[in-house]
Amino acid sequence: MSTRLAIGGLLINRDVPVEFTFNGSRLRGFKGDTLASALLANGESFIGRSFKYHRPRGIVASGAEEPNALVNLGKGARAEPNQRATTTELFEGLEARSQNHWPSLKYDVGAINSKLSHLFPAGFYYKTFMHPRSAWKHVFEPFIRQSAGLGAAPVEKDADRYEYFYATVDVLVIGGGMAGLAAARQAGEAGAKVLLCEQTQAFGGRALVDELEVDGNNGPEWVASEVAALESMERVTLRTRMMGAGVYDHGYVLAYERLGDHELSSTGPRHRLWRIRAKQVITATGAIERPLSFAGNDVPGVMLAAAVRDYVALYGVSPGDRTVVVTNNDDGYRTAMALHAAGLVVPAVLDARTEATGALPEAARAAGLRVETGRGIASVKGTTGVEAVEVCAQAGEGAVLEAISCDCVAMSGGWSPVVHLWSHCGGKLLWDEGQALFRPDAKRPPTGAGGEGFVITAGAASGALQANVALADALDAGKNAVAALGGSASGRAPKAVVPAEEPVAPVWRMPQGAGYKLRSKAFLDYQNDVKVSDVQLAAQEGFESVEHAKRYTTLGMATDQGKLSNINGLAILSDALGQPIPQTGTTTFRPPYTPISMGAIAGEARDGLFKPIRKTPMDGWHDENGAHWEPVADWRRPYTYRGAGESVSEAVTREILNTRTAVGLLDASTLGKILVKGPDAAIFLDLIYTNMMSTLKVGRCRYGLMCTENGFLFDDGVVARLSEDSFLLHTTSGGSDGVYGWLEEWLQTEWWDLKVHCVNLTEQFAQVAVVGPRARAVLETLGGMDVSPDALPFMGFRDGLLGDVPVRVYRISFSGELSYEIALPAGHGLAFWEACLAAGEPHGIMPYGTEALHVMRAEKGFIMIGDETDGTVTPQDLNLGWAVSKKKTDFIGKRAQERSHFQDSERKQLVGLETLDPGALLPDGAHAVEPGLNAYGAARTLGHVTSTYHSPTLERSIAMGLINGGSRRMGEVLDFPVDKGVTIRARVVDPVFLDKDGERQNV
Amino acid sequence: MSETVQVARLNSRGMITLKGDLADQDFQDVAVKITGLSFPSQREIRLSGEMGLAWMAADEVLLMLPVEDVSAAIETADEMLRRAPAVVANVTDARVLFSLKGKRSREVLAKLAPVDLSREAFQPGQIRRTRLAQVAAAFWMPQEAQFEIMCFRSVADYVTELLEMSAAPGTVPEYF
Repeated sequence: MSTRLAIGGLLINRDVPVEFTFNGSRLRGFKGDTLASALLANGESFIGRSFKYHRPRGIVASGAEEPNALVNLGKGARAEPNQRATTTELFEGLEARSQNHWPSLKYDVGAINSKLSHLFPAGFYYKTFMHPRSAWKHVFEPFIRQSAGLGAAPVEKDADRYEYFYATVDVLVIGGGMAGLAAARQAGEAGAKVLLCEQTQAFGGRALVDELEVDGNNGPEWVASEVAALESMERVTLRTRMMGAGVYDHGYVLAYERLGDHELSSTGPRHRLWRIRAKQVITATGAIERPLSFAGNDVPGVMLAAAVRDYVALYGVSPGDRTVVVTNNDDGYRTAMALHAAGLVVPAVLDARTEATGALPEAARAAGLRVETGRGIASVKGTTGVEAVEVCAQAGEGAVLEAISCDCVAMSGGWSPVVHLWSHCGGKLLWDEGQALFRPDAKRPPTGAGGEGFVITAGAASGALQANVALADALDAGKNAVAALGGSASGRAPKAVVPAEEPVAPVWRMPQGAGYKLRSKAFLDYQNDVKVSDVQLAAQEGFESVEHAKRYTTLGMATDQGKLSNINGLAILSDALGQPIPQTGTTTFRPPYTPISMGAIAGEARDGLFKPIRKTPMDGWHDENGAHWEPVADWRRPYTYRGAGESVSEAVTREILNTRTAVGLLDASTLGKILVKGPDAAIFLDLIYTNMMSTLKVGRCRYGLMCTENGFLFDDGVVARLSEDSFLLHTTSGGSDGVYGWLEEWLQTEWWDLKVHCVNLTEQFAQVAVVGPRARAVLETLGGMDVSPDALPFMGFRDGLLGDVPVRVYRISFSGELSYEIALPAGHGLAFWEACLAAGEPHGIMPYGTEALHVMRAEKGFIMIGDETDGTVTPQDLNLGWAVSKKKTDFIGKRAQERSHFQDSERKQLVGLETLDPGALLPDGAHAVEPGLNAYGAARTLGHVTSTYHSPTLERSIAMGLINGGSRRMGEVLDFPVDKGVTIRARVVDPVFLDKDGERQNV
Repeated sequence: MSETVQVARLNSRGMITLKGDLADQDFQDVAVKITGLSFPSQREIRLSGEMGLAWMAADEVLLMLPVEDVSAAIETADEMLRRAPAVVANVTDARVLFSLKGKRSREVLAKLAPVDLSREAFQPGQIRRTRLAQVAAAFWMPQEAQFEIMCFRSVADYVTELLEMSAAPGTVPEYF
């Protein structure tokens, strides 16, 4: 059983005890512990159950590669599933719960899956749930959904906040182990601006654990002196608890800093996502030890060899009293020696190689340890913990030679460089036969815009596994990065003294000739329960591509993304396919390196900052006066203003009737307003609009349409000619930025010779519409300028004063009423609005919202961009052919509109729709159908409803629609089936329902 | 943790957009005459008291001046540029200004804007048109440890909340 040792533990502070709970039990660890080390210290090695077979699982690793020890962390608003115990730092009050079991960790109903494992081989989804067809939806899918997933998704809103941080550096060094420190120092001493990030709480990596001597210091001493040297450099920044998550084009790197994960509650952001631009990236990301594939290699207590000695050295924790070491390389002996030195028992070192004569094996022998070469593990005994191993000959089929009782197995299958960050942006790998690993091919790095490499690997990440070689490699990495920046570094490599190591022997199966029974208990991917036998089955069934085999078996598809299983899995696949490993290749390495929080990705964008809401100068008044809001593009606008005890529809009706009979006030500030000025402004606008703008007289307004190159209508609005060479364009509320960009694009890329400049003045002006039969009276009450019909006729505008405010008054109407739209500096917006209300009071003024605006424009048959248009509608379709010039030689959309299909009289055309029952309201989007079925056996549709309202003015429903050949159908009655057995019948009519002659506005 | 960074919304300042040919002497003369400042190069801003002259784009500069002087300045500009293909527009009401003050102001902005805010890359005298989180903005430094930030009026509430959150005590890293 695992326990805390009496002494040791480089990272823990035994003076600061920390209490936490695991599955409700109160346990105690020390400051500096990870959750994993604290659990082991408390004798808890059985942490969770596996995804598919619900097998008991324990801690395998000591870092980011951990596949098994995932827990639900925290509760309520701080609950988070799938947190790796090995990377979770212990804090006071931490609450962890194990995952994927019911009703409890120790007694789990789903464990029956393990007994039935022969029913769940690779691809069982595809094979098992085929028949009967209907059973998928009603039986299988609900069952799979119920049993899938590891942790429990949080139900409360996240209590924490998150942020981004943008940084630009010369050299980003990812990984603060020996190589990272050495490379950063090279770059730093050469004067480069360096950011060094380390994903754990402490710099040093393996130098903190493995016995070595660098420049006369031991590992931890050397690390401390390097860190101190780097900290003293002005242009070097060091960050711990910050992981390089992804490398992208142009030296763009995401790094994930965990600021609040080692405390219960912090005031600051929990995570910070660094968005870094680096000229050169050095990935000193180390290497990950590989498991060995023997039966029962997933029993809690079977751990990676280096992790075993990490727990001893860093946390003063013994993973077991009796540990059998099984290895195919010399490095595994370090674990045997570390355990031995800590006073723990190592009954045997099983070395799969036929001989072991290196310095480390010899040292183990000299220390009196039993070293058995040519041996492997046939099987591990025990269910929720290791009880013994059965030893076999590696070369054989698994005949048991002896059983050795133990409570821990330390396995080492060799090391794989962490090539993820190198590979994210296209760095290529090569297979190193001698070391049996994929390593970065320095000749094929990820390349920048100029074709030059921008990522350099250092140390073990390059495949330089031994400290002395790794440090020399890191020196080169630092020098190369500086050279790429145009500088030169001349630092000396730290000299490491380490025992020489003999080569690793590739061991992909243990024993070599393991039969099906053993292979089906030899796990490759712990998290997704993929075994040696599954990968072999996939190969047998024809999944030859590593990418296909991965998806079929789910190898490497869990939250750990196959950090432990990848190489072993593709070695097994290569073997099954009878091809060399490099021919099989690897699957694609994708960011992030380990999962990062959704909160960090969202950054500041939550709650009030989720999305910017644009507000007009009168927004506060609306809010205080019953505004029922609706979003209009990025703005919020009052849909209506509700009075006390009034429903939304009652309010809309009141606003319409008041505007039609007295006077209404509308905040139209959201309308786009773009100034176009220059000697060629008129020529430019003739090209932009479908109608003729050059003939517009100064002081007059004209309604205009804009089409895309394909002839489709995309924006409309009133254009006012301010002077010979300047125009003010009104656009739709949602279109202002888009139209401004559209104008600039044509000016900059196509008609750059035109002398025209555009300025988007949308935000400069508040705009207020005073609308209704008494509108003029209100303006006259305000006083300051002549607004009589002679001074300001329909479609005219004038500059002047209203009250004390400088204004421009446009006499234009979107409601069919006498109407003035008054533009004024936004800073005066609220005061002017209030002045209008005061001046209008005796005239019965009331504000109205967007819904009243919509209904009134529909009563007049005016179109609305986005209702009557959808990107496939031309002006001609909307009976707006009158606004498409036939005289102009060119305008955007002209050529497209001359295509034959655009001339087709059977195109959908805008019509009014009058329901036979005046009380029946057509649903928006309802389709008109004609009898019979089309070629696909569906209803024959004729078109659809684009706008539909109850008109309080006409006391009936009104609608508009786009109907095939609509113009020739006047008087026809169409069927609109709206529900089962319910059809609304409506007559095709002129879309102008009210005041066809425009008498109301011409007063 | 670092000392507090103060966020404040500033009183409105007169602003005039001038678009035209930046290489044209008449055009430059207008900007210089109104502001009394030298004409800026790319991504530069000149400041003196309430006066400012900023490069905004390859065809645009921004004039800053006391609000009460705007009308007269526009008349002057219109008059001087009568024959030039240029546009003069009052944008005083379109913008809102904020200030950041404090040693760690650079860090506060670096949480929001994708800009290199290191001392060597961004200094007093420079202006940057960029974004703060999701909205357009521009900023410059009247002096070290101080920024002025300009955004559109309609998103003033959003930017206020952004800056206050970003500058919240205890959240500002020491990086630059």
